[in-house]
Amino acid sequence: MIRIEDVSLRHGQTQILHDIWLTIPKGGITALVGPNGAGKSSLLSLIARLQPLQAGRISVDSFPVDTTPSRDLARILAILRQDSIVTSRLRVRELVGFGRFPHGRGRLTPDDYAIIDQSLQQFDLTDLSDRFIETLSGGQRQRALVAMAFAQGTDYLLLDEPLNNLDMFFARELMRSLRRIADENGKTIVIVLHDINQASAHADRIVAMKSGRIVADGTPSDLLTPKTLQAVFGFQMRVETFDDMPVVLHFR
Amino acid sequence: MSIAATKQASKTGWVAGLTLAVLFVFSLCVGVDDMPIIRLFSDGRALELLLVSRLPRTLAAILTGAGLAIAGLIMQTLARNRYVEPSTAGTAQSAELGILLVTLLLPSASLLFKSLAASAAALLGTSLFLMTAHRLPPTQPFLVPLFGLVYGGVIGAAVTFVAWQADLLQYLSVWTNGDFSGVLRGRYELLWLGALMVVVAWMVADRLTIMALGRDASIGLGLDHARMLQLGLIIVSVISALSVVVVGMIPFVGLVVPNIVSRLMGDNMRGTLPTVAVSGAILVLGCDILGRLIRYPYEIPVGTVMGCVGGLIFLWLLFRRPSHV
Amino acid sequence: MPDRRLLCLAGAALLCIVAFMTIGLRGNIGFVLALRAIKLAALLQVSVSIAVSTVIFQTVTNNRILTPSIMGLDALYLFGQILLVFLLGGLGYAALDAQLKFGGEIIVLMALATGLLLPMLRRRTDMGLMLLAGIIFGILFRSLNSLLARLIDPNDFAVVQGASFANFNDVRTDLLAFAAILTIAGIVIAWRARHVLDVMALGADTATGLGISWSRNVTGLLLLVSALVAVSTALVGPVAFFGLLVVALAERLVDTRSHAALMPAAMLTAVIILVGGQTLFQHGLGSSSTLGVVIEFVGGFAFLVLLVFGSRK
Repeated sequence: MIRIEDVSLRHGQTQILHDIWLTIPKGGITALVGPNGAGKSSLLSLIARLQPLQAGRISVDSFPVDTTPSRDLARILAILRQDSIVTSRLRVRELVGFGRFPHGRGRLTPDDYAIIDQSLQQFDLTDLSDRFIETLSGGQRQRALVAMAFAQGTDYLLLDEPLNNLDMFFARELMRSLRRIADENGKTIVIVLHDINQASAHADRIVAMKSGRIVADGTPSDLLTPKTLQAVFGFQMRVETFDDMPVVLHFR
Repeated sequence: MSIAATKQASKTGWVAGLTLAVLFVFSLCVGVDDMPIIRLFSDGRALELLLVSRLPRTLAAILTGAGLAIAGLIMQTLARNRYVEPSTAGTAQSAELGILLVTLLLPSASLLFKSLAASAAALLGTSLFLMTAHRLPPTQPFLVPLFGLVYGGVIGAAVTFVAWQADLLQYLSVWTNGDFSGVLRGRYELLWLGALMVVVAWMVADRLTIMALGRDASIGLGLDHARMLQLGLIIVSVISALSVVVVGMIPFVGLVVPNIVSRLMGDNMRGTLPTVAVSGAILVLGCDILGRLIRYPYEIPVGTVMGCVGGLIFLWLLFRRPSHV
Repeated sequence: MPDRRLLCLAGAALLCIVAFMTIGLRGNIGFVLALRAIKLAALLQVSVSIAVSTVIFQTVTNNRILTPSIMGLDALYLFGQILLVFLLGGLGYAALDAQLKFGGEIIVLMALATGLLLPMLRRRTDMGLMLLAGIIFGILFRSLNSLLARLIDPNDFAVVQGASFANFNDVRTDLLAFAAILTIAGIVIAWRARHVLDVMALGADTATGLGISWSRNVTGLLLLVSALVAVSTALVGPVAFFGLLVVALAERLVDTRSHAALMPAAMLTAVIILVGGQTLFQHGLGSSSTLGVVIEFVGGFAFLVLLVFGSRK
């Protein structure tokens, strides 16, 4: 369980987050949505101790993120930041292999190799595993980074807009893979999404943020109503239901 | 790493090792005083020459080369930029400033103490460089080396100014232009400390590779990013300072060697670090031998030779780099 | 109100010139005045040629942090010089007529500079890459210089030595007349091109769209820049950051990039700094030889500040 209590954040004069309270139970996919600048990425990086906590408390599985040794946290929580740039010339397999670093500090056991292979397979990278990262397309690179986070073998996976650079096909593939590992491996996934319909199709729960506050929280069918969406995004849009799934028509 | 890649890597390693061995023997034989290896055991003077001058000189070149190449590699990891190295980012110039100040204030200080002061100054100068470099926009990767070059230039100007005022300009060229011709037994041994730093770097190779993925990724993997940064800084500063103090600065080694090795073998430092060290040794020893031969029996300092050879290699690296990277 | 600011600058520059000529006059006044006038002429030429060449270079390369000497042009000039000594031998070199030699060196520099820079500008290479390459060229040429210097006879070396530092105190007065012709011609050409330069500052594509023949103009302007660099390097030696400092200051003073205002402002700023600084150091601080180092230091700092804060916008 991720427990966020009374968390605020400011950069200089700007208040990024206001008194956030949020509990994310173990298992399932939670999507963070909201307009640009809502504070989604900041919240994610606070959970992942990438930024120091200024006010409030955050704990993952009852480990407070600000005092737990970084290495211990790395075994229960993995994060993939938005637009992570890999400038090193590493092969895909090497990069994914570094996901095992928190466990053996660099020494890879046969178990580690098995997990690496499994991650490569899970994200359809087996054929690319000996290619250098820099030779991959944007989408392939993104999948390699997700695979690395997955190889970390943590219960919690935080992903910041992982669908960037992915075409329709791979966006769908990635979301389906995440759904599968949430269902089969019991992982807890917190994902920042821009495509509200992806959230509707794959998430168990949607948390909507605006100007540093949580403004709505619920299952896709509860949350995706014209009224709530207007409150979050600031304009009127239609919502239709197909196959029990709400679809937001926000294009016109 | 796949089998093919491993084979390729170990082949590169073998070639590098063998080349170094050949150069090592060659370097023992080349010098003003003609000394065929055969006479070594019949002629006591020849043996003396070997032990007092040739061997220390050769070892100094190898140690310096390996150290500078590794320092460059780590510097590039810390700055997350392929185009920086100690001599072009203010590290060497800061070390010069440190040793210059010690020479002025405590003329009788020992070489070890001077090295320490130089290391401390280098640490300070490099930290300042990295702090500022991290503020530059990552979308323009050439700004960082540019900043480093001018930053080094400004510190260098300060060094020149102080040296000029104190009438120490001749001393200065000893530190600013690498030259092995003065290396004798008893005057290069500090460089082994640099070798120690190389070993330390090799021990934390995996962490360095992760550092290169960026701050967020390394924290995400549970690495103590700040401490690794400090360790890296210390390694870079000590190696650069020792080179400056003992033989003088040699440009470009830390730049071209890691870049070429990265092209050939990638950036997984567990695998590439030894090759980087050996290749650095080859380059410096090779340039030193070249400097001894070009205008035999006069010698050309290795720093000058390297400025030409390394500069050409670097330009070649810059312009043949494929545009998509 | 660039006009009034220009007038103020002109006034200040004039003041510096008068101060330079008159402060501390002693002894044979006529002789001293003549001596100072020659030196003043040299300083003025250096100021003007550095200012103009930097402005043009920044416009052509569309970058505010480039100067000809950051791109290694002055190191290239010294390289050409040593190359001539190497090819002709010290005696042959020394036997040459100074002005002829100077002309030859300028032609060598123009050829080398256009040969190196034009391909990069033609291909519209990424600016950062070009900058880095230029600095490496600088280091490379300095190394080549010292390599060649060691290859040639020590006696020959003495002919070219002592040229690695800018020294505003010890100017080559024998080249003054010839250099003056070049400088004045350069100013005239640059002034007449001021409107073309304004358009070129918009970038290659826009300028071409507005009917400017881009590569022909770039070639011509580069030739002009290398000639001006040769003048200043020949007179006082290499100065890396002076041009940058001057143009950055001038741009802030007149607050425009219009060449009709910027070029005169840069020239006047250069005169104020160089002549004023020389006066100050000569009479106030008593050590005129360090002006070069101080200017480099301040200019280098200006560069760093521009880089860190200018790129964050």
